[in-house]
Amino acid sequence: MAPRHPPTSRIELLQGTLDLIVLQALRWGPCHGYGIVQLIRAQSNNVLQVETGSLYPALQRLLRQRVIATEWGRSDNNRRVRLYRLTPKGRARLTAERSRWQQLTEAIAALMVAPQPEES
Amino acid sequence: MSLLGWFTRLRERRTAELADELQMHLDMAQADRIARGESPRDAAANARREFGNVGLVQEVARDEWNGAGLAAERLGQDLRFAVRMLRRAPGFAALGVVTIAIGIGASTAMFSVVQATLIRPLPYPHPEQLVRIEDDLGGIGARDVGMSTPEWHDLQRSGIFTAISPTWFDNNNLTGLSHPQRVGLQIVAPNYFALLGVKPQLGAGFDPADPTPGFNAQAIISDALWKSSFGADPRILGRVVQLDSDSYRIVGVMPRGFQAPARVGEERRTEVWPAFGFAGAPLSEASVISRSSLFPGAIARMAPGLTIADAQRRVDALVQLLRRAYPADYPARSDWRVRLVPLKDIVVGDVRQPLVFLLGAVGLVLLVGCANVANLLLARATTRGREMAVRQALGGAPSRLMRQLLTESIVLSVLGGIAGIALVIAAKGTLVRLIPDTVPRVNDITIDWGVLAFAFLASLVAGAMFGLAPVLHVRGLDVTRVLKLEGRGSTSSRDQQRTRRLLVIGEVALSLVLLSTAGLLVRSFWGLLQVPLGFNPQHVTVVRTRLPYPNEPKEDLYPTPGAEEPFVRDVMRRLRALPGVDDVALGSGAAVPLDHPYQDQTLLRVRIEGDVSHGDQPLLLTGSEVTPEYFRLLGMSLVHGRPFDDFDTGDKPLVAVINEGMARRYWPHDDALGKRVKVSRVATDWTTIVGIVADARTDSLAGVSAPHIYTSLYQQEGKHLAIFLHGTFEIGAIEHAVREQVQAVNSALPVFGAERLSDVVSESLVMRRFSMMLIAVFALTALFLAALGVYGVISCMVSERTHEIGLRLALGADGSDVMRMVMRQGVRLAIAGAAIGLIGAVLVSHAMSSVLVGVSPSDPVTFVLATVLLTVVALAGCYLPARRAIRVDPMVALSS
Repeated sequence: MAPRHPPTSRIELLQGTLDLIVLQALRWGPCHGYGIVQLIRAQSNNVLQVETGSLYPALQRLLRQRVIATEWGRSDNNRRVRLYRLTPKGRARLTAERSRWQQLTEAIAALMVAPQPEES
Repeated sequence: MSLLGWFTRLRERRTAELADELQMHLDMAQADRIARGESPRDAAANARREFGNVGLVQEVARDEWNGAGLAAERLGQDLRFAVRMLRRAPGFAALGVVTIAIGIGASTAMFSVVQATLIRPLPYPHPEQLVRIEDDLGGIGARDVGMSTPEWHDLQRSGIFTAISPTWFDNNNLTGLSHPQRVGLQIVAPNYFALLGVKPQLGAGFDPADPTPGFNAQAIISDALWKSSFGADPRILGRVVQLDSDSYRIVGVMPRGFQAPARVGEERRTEVWPAFGFAGAPLSEASVISRSSLFPGAIARMAPGLTIADAQRRVDALVQLLRRAYPADYPARSDWRVRLVPLKDIVVGDVRQPLVFLLGAVGLVLLVGCANVANLLLARATTRGREMAVRQALGGAPSRLMRQLLTESIVLSVLGGIAGIALVIAAKGTLVRLIPDTVPRVNDITIDWGVLAFAFLASLVAGAMFGLAPVLHVRGLDVTRVLKLEGRGSTSSRDQQRTRRLLVIGEVALSLVLLSTAGLLVRSFWGLLQVPLGFNPQHVTVVRTRLPYPNEPKEDLYPTPGAEEPFVRDVMRRLRALPGVDDVALGSGAAVPLDHPYQDQTLLRVRIEGDVSHGDQPLLLTGSEVTPEYFRLLGMSLVHGRPFDDFDTGDKPLVAVINEGMARRYWPHDDALGKRVKVSRVATDWTTIVGIVADARTDSLAGVSAPHIYTSLYQQEGKHLAIFLHGTFEIGAIEHAVREQVQAVNSALPVFGAERLSDVVSESLVMRRFSMMLIAVFALTALFLAALGVYGVISCMVSERTHEIGLRLALGADGSDVMRMVMRQGVRLAIAGAAIGLIGAVLVSHAMSSVLVGVSPSDPVTFVLATVLLTVVALAGCYLPARRAIRVDPMVALSS
């Protein structure tokens, strides 16, 4: 990459990760926005708290990319809510992203366990 | 707008849905918290805190929506705002729209004519391959002299063309219907229609390979004739009609709107096409094998892939070959050449220059209109300077403000454009009728997509052009300065005032160009009306008839002048007895001054006795046959010798009268009287010149007469006859009366085309009158717009300087001082504009010097008058604001 281009920005990286996390959360079936937040928090043992200010733009972005779609459904207390679900294209993306994520984490893990120079 | 509306509605719906969804999110979070044991109030507050700024979340989420919708939304905002601003200033909007509507309307109308005549290709397949073949004899200064059958065959064998068809236009008498009728007839080879690539709407047409050397007795008729004379009879094919007593079988009807591609309107409106081989009877054996010209010309289709330059090169080579092979037919002196002309140039040739000229003129009007609207917009920008400054101070990006202003201008121009197009569509019928029929393809004028695209593009460009001025002004806006000018409405900067002055100066300059051009055209036209004609058209009416010229010589009732003479004398005797008629003369068609029907303008081959300067080559001169009364009836004065008399008949020595032009040209140092010439139509006998008539403007009002030779109708027969009647009578009645008398002598003769000679004279100026009127209208429009411009600038100046004027008045200046001060500003603008305009005007007038007659392109009178007129109008534009200035109340002005 030419020096005048900034390195891959933090936000972009986070965005990509957030997209992956959202897709992963929808793997089990359609869910509304609030449910997605709860799911992610529960499945990450309360480590990941997704901000609504990031979630909803991410959902709009994913909708535009046609990897998720919306449908109308009922909430637990029987109110009409908007549900998000994975599209076939989204499923394919999730599979691809997941394997790439695994490669990345494995590579980083390998880096981390490699012999370290003496620390002064 | 509906697409935009759809975008807007979609976006509104999505926004509402998103808001619902976020609300739902909050509700659920709150419900969960309550379920976990929080009090409802804490739950609501905590949920909201956790959620963050709802509006911001919404906005950030919305930013993810696609760009097109966003741009459309912004455009929608700009448009709505623009429409609102225009509505708020209806007077301004109306003035702008009307100005643009006039400019766009006039340009579009002009463009639709140019599109139909000059731009649109001829309506045949591969029109670029079509040419007309013209033969020139450069050595004797003759162009387009016609072609011979052997030349036609040589060209056909050359491989340069896929097909060549001679064309020979004539009139014929169509008989056998309810009444005899004159029809326009174009004699063509059987391959003519195949060459053009047009099939009849009815019937199979000619066999292009028909080898008949003479007439094959087949004819194709036009849609117009089919409808007018045969009642659109669907069973017309195979019907036999009589043309000049010869029988033809109708084998086709051409489609509606088909016109013969030819130079002259009359030939374009051809009604009958007989097929002829140009190599057999009724042509004599000798004329078919002769290489001297036989028919007037030919059209051809070049072989595919040849450019006209390639084809011309190969034709030149062929011509060189032929000149060497037949030195007796093509002496080096005569310099025979064959020239290819694109067929489209033939059809539109005469009108290209005036139309392009008019399009340019109308473009100037549009420019003046644009300058005017730019001025209006600038004036408004001045009053809106504060608004712009406030919006900038509040964070409106200059780019957004500029886009906003540009949108306003373009809305204005598009509205103007739409109004202009509506104007053209509404007035199209009237406008088309104003166009003289010398303009070809007038029927093809349509407001098609091309024209609409032109109008739309022109309005966009105009909008962008006049919109630029206020837009650039926003960029240079000094926010602080404007905001500091508390309460004062005006905020125009020095820059802006300079721009406005420059615009007005430009307007004045362009107007002067148009005005002086119009002035020169008017003077030139006026001069032509005043020119001594050399004949007197007053109380003279021309009615035409035509003697048949059958292919079968035995059918010809009038084969010799001697056979025709009793007919002529009988007709004259009968017509002289009509009430109101005090003199009658007959002549051939070419004897009608200023109206030479194409087929009558046959060039005569004349040999002068003892003249060696031209060798064996005869001269080509225009000539006509007339009865003795002709010169007297038309008031043409004889300068030498005698006119014809009743005894100059077929059995007497042949005599001729020539015009001074001919005498000057061929006997410059000698008396032409008594000299002898040979006129081609008579085989052997010498013709003696017995009289010389004064030059008359019989060819064109604009030019001195070409050499012309008159012979006696009793000695040389003429088939196309013009009957000249002197007296006072009603024109419709006289045509009817003449028809009765002529048909009492021969019931098979058509009588048609009654015209007052004075109308013929003014008709000959029709294209000039058309251009002159249009340019004059354009010039007056520009003048009016320029006056408006001056008015706008000066009144703006007055209102800006109210304070100063009040001060001056308070300090003792009187009204006339203030008046002078204001007027001086206006005069300065007018003079600066006029100075620039004069340079442009002189350039333009020299470029069009070829159309000016009797007036110099730098005619001082015209330029002075135009400048004076412009200055006076500009001063009138200043007067109103100046009056306002002297009425300023010092107390009010100073306290405000």
